[in-house]
Amino acid sequence: MDKKTRILIAKPGLDGHDRGAKYVARALKDAGYEVIYTGIRQTPEAIVKTAIQEDVDFVGLSLLSGAHNELFPKIVNLLRKKGAGDIIVFGGGVIPESDIPSLKEKGIRAIFTPGTPIKDITDFIETVK
Amino acid sequence: MQELARRVIKGDIRGIAKAISLVENGVETVKKEALIDALYPHCGHAVIWGITGPPGAGKSSLLDRLIEHIRRDKKKVAVIAVDPSSPFTGGAILGDRLRMQKHAVDDGVFIRSMASRGHLGGVAGATGDAVRIFDAAGYDHIIIETIGVGQTEIEVMELSDIVLLVLVPGLGDEIQALKAGVMEIGDIFIINKKDHDGADRLRAEVEYVLSLKNGTGNTTEHPITMTSATLNEGIAEAYSLIQAYYTTILKNGNLTQKRKNRIENELKHIALSKIKEHVDKFLNIDDCLDSWVENVFQKKVSPYKLLNKKIDKFLQEINWK
Repeated sequence: MDKKTRILIAKPGLDGHDRGAKYVARALKDAGYEVIYTGIRQTPEAIVKTAIQEDVDFVGLSLLSGAHNELFPKIVNLLRKKGAGDIIVFGGGVIPESDIPSLKEKGIRAIFTPGTPIKDITDFIETVK
Repeated sequence: MQELARRVIKGDIRGIAKAISLVENGVETVKKEALIDALYPHCGHAVIWGITGPPGAGKSSLLDRLIEHIRRDKKKVAVIAVDPSSPFTGGAILGDRLRMQKHAVDDGVFIRSMASRGHLGGVAGATGDAVRIFDAAGYDHIIIETIGVGQTEIEVMELSDIVLLVLVPGLGDEIQALKAGVMEIGDIFIINKKDHDGADRLRAEVEYVLSLKNGTGNTTEHPITMTSATLNEGIAEAYSLIQAYYTTILKNGNLTQKRKNRIENELKHIALSKIKEHVDKFLNIDDCLDSWVENVFQKKVSPYKLLNKKIDKFLQEINWK
């Protein structure tokens, strides 16, 4: 058996709209990845702990509430603090174009906004894994 | 001793997680075997539970509640939650921990999701080794949650000290309960969703079936209890039954017997897979298979004749015959 790529799909913060996250989780499963799905309203601490226990290669964060500038970098920093800075973080959701450069600067490797074809996400995973 | 084994024994979370990936991926066989060999002397302290039952019976939700009780007793708990891999893409959605996420920030709880990766039997091929890793890392309770099972996925019995079989009303009549397989491997029967119609009747059916059996050699009586994980009812009773059951099998020798059986199964399994590796290499199965298939398809040779000849040659080569 080969090394399997494991991905955590998580929703930080208080927004309860998980249709996008579930769609991405399902599509990544169909692309052959092992996807851990933890559902809505996760704290950054819970997400980081889950990522470490599950030994994932990627964390995909979905957020539609507008708190991405706060929560996404917080998760990246917590991962680094726990010695798991090698886990790659990407994000998705309703995120204004103008916020993307600063999120990338803070360590979020890619942002996928609504309408992104799933192939863009799998291409990203295959390129950086 | 290798660095990874040292980290596991120290209880380092990332070390444990990496060690499980190592046994799961099964690529670095030598490293994996060295790890398990190094951990082995540190194993044997944990109580190993299996929790099994049909899909949607409430295994994860029930575990979520039981973990609260384990934590109240100040014991550390690890959960290995197995979900199926897709037979087509190899991908998987691992969603069991969704129901247990309130324990996500508790340092005394380690939840690891595992995809079955083609292994039949209700658990993953690496589940047994993952149990060892948690055991060596000092977890007091290790709980294996199987995939939602049908009637024959009984491997969890070989890996656990106590099997909780979770049943729910509405899945069939008493004939289902009479059948062989999963119904025979439960040590403790938990009827979940007890507020649903038919729960009392299911209990009566299970009681009836249990009064008929036993050819399993396990002489300990099987308790039945009823719970509702959603309403948080009957959980304390279930927890004390589990504890009492463990004390009983510890005293009457059934636990030792179970653990010896486990070692026996494991030794047989390792022996077989090692032999298989050698035989595969000798017969060069991957390369030859196409031509064998063609010959058998065209009826030039029958399957047994073909393989008996090959195996005989192998045995001669190694001076067996």
